[in-house]
Amino acid sequence: MLKLEQLSFQVPADGTNLEIIDSVDLEIPTGSFTVITGPNGGGKSTLARLIMGIEKPTGGRILFKGEDITALSIPERAKRGIGYAFQQPPRFKGLTVRRLLSLAAGESLSKDACSAYLTAVGLDPDEYLNREMDASLSGGEAKRVEIATLMARRAELVIFDEPEAGIDLWSFSMLVESFRTLVGEDRRSVIVISHQERIMQLADTMVIIAGGKVCQSGTRDEILPKLLGEVDGRKEA
Amino acid sequence: MDRIDTQLLETIADLHEIPAGAYNIRKNGAGLSRRSTANIEIVPKTDKPGIDIIVAPGTKNESVHIPVILTETGLNDLVYNDFYIGEDADVLIVAGCGIHNAGDSDSQHDGIHTFHIGKNAHIRYIEKHYGEGDGKGGRILNPVTVVEQAEGAVCEMEMVQVRGVDSTVRTTTAELAADAKLIVTERLMTHGTQEARSDIEVRLNGNGASSQIVSRSVARDSSKQIFHPNAVGNAECRAHVQCDSIIMDDATVSSIPAITANCADAQIIHEAAIGRINNDQLIKLMTFGMTEEEAENVIIEGFLK
Repeated sequence: MLKLEQLSFQVPADGTNLEIIDSVDLEIPTGSFTVITGPNGGGKSTLARLIMGIEKPTGGRILFKGEDITALSIPERAKRGIGYAFQQPPRFKGLTVRRLLSLAAGESLSKDACSAYLTAVGLDPDEYLNREMDASLSGGEAKRVEIATLMARRAELVIFDEPEAGIDLWSFSMLVESFRTLVGEDRRSVIVISHQERIMQLADTMVIIAGGKVCQSGTRDEILPKLLGEVDGRKEA
Repeated sequence: MDRIDTQLLETIADLHEIPAGAYNIRKNGAGLSRRSTANIEIVPKTDKPGIDIIVAPGTKNESVHIPVILTETGLNDLVYNDFYIGEDADVLIVAGCGIHNAGDSDSQHDGIHTFHIGKNAHIRYIEKHYGEGDGKGGRILNPVTVVEQAEGAVCEMEMVQVRGVDSTVRTTTAELAADAKLIVTERLMTHGTQEARSDIEVRLNGNGASSQIVSRSVARDSSKQIFHPNAVGNAECRAHVQCDSIIMDDATVSSIPAITANCADAQIIHEAAIGRINNDQLIKLMTFGMTEEEAENVIIEGFLK
């Protein structure tokens, strides 16, 4: 589905070039749930932004369904089926949740369709459909709306940048459930950047990124126990 | 009425045909057609241009449309419209002015609107301003709105400048008696080299009076905007003034919200913000497949909605 070949991203700093992403090779199979984790500042979010086209790589290629999309813009990648959820969803004065869902879907959605997406993320449609996606929503509420827009987008590959950031415990449980739905019922490919063990438990594949490089990658069963420092004898939840 | 007339009327007053209820349509400085109803009387003034709109006490769920259109170049139209709203009435008033200037002289409409709103009456007033035409002549609108609200009167005003108005100076003043409530929502977009200025002064004179003034604007190209709302609390009252502007290109926006309390029990708040469209907002919409320009238009449309 997605293939990164020798992907690099440098930024100029103090007269030299700082390597944020350094020759990353990575393959994300169709229908997989991949969790990318690693220390803060290691380049995870940059990698997600490079895949969506928000940042332009300084080297390497990005292939999506066999097509080289390295030079494509954000909307061109969106049209080919890539979706992206923000760590901090932007707020819009005057844009209602319903309108945002329609914009995400690329068509005017019926009230029932919007309600279904909101219910799926644990928001009461009566209360939220006509609410504005502005600063009056809490972090958890905005995050749920963000995930609902990703569901409405029906993208084939969805990237979530630290979805757990800034949400309460109850929203977190819902988040885990929505990932199950996305991968299970909807058969999407999902990449999640996360530090949360409960999200890692859902992964088929895990990738650890540090210092701009892929340190380790493999199945959850290979990576997670090592990561948790319990190589032997750990009983998974 | 020709096609330009009907298009202007549709833009400024959502009118597709002759409106239900009372109406007065003014074109190029003269009355085009008029209708009074049993409860709403429209009387032409005899001492100066304009009309008196008299709404009988207790009138409920009726509407008055008083759109003005200018299609002749070089016209300077000054009109006085006085509204007398009877006690306990509840009506919708749709005003607005559309200018089509295809010539090289300025076309100007200055509407002086005075509202006398009786005890416990409620009005909703919608005013849209719009300009078009490819002549070099300016399209100028200088509305003056004077509001007097008796005890318990509620006035909701929605004042919108859609686009195409080259120069506007808006002056709004309001006097509120006890328990009266005024909500002003102003939405304005300027482009090209347009200039817009809006001065609003609300005086809350009676205990329990309240007011909310919300101004949202978008300034594009090299247009200029100045906002100067002032809420004056002369009694135990509440008021909130909010100015919010999106600035683009080489535009300039000046927001000068003012609050004045002449009574220790007045609670008045103001807030103002000017900023360009946030990059994350654009990116978010672009991840839905929109181009940057499409995303920008969606953000502006939502902001001014």
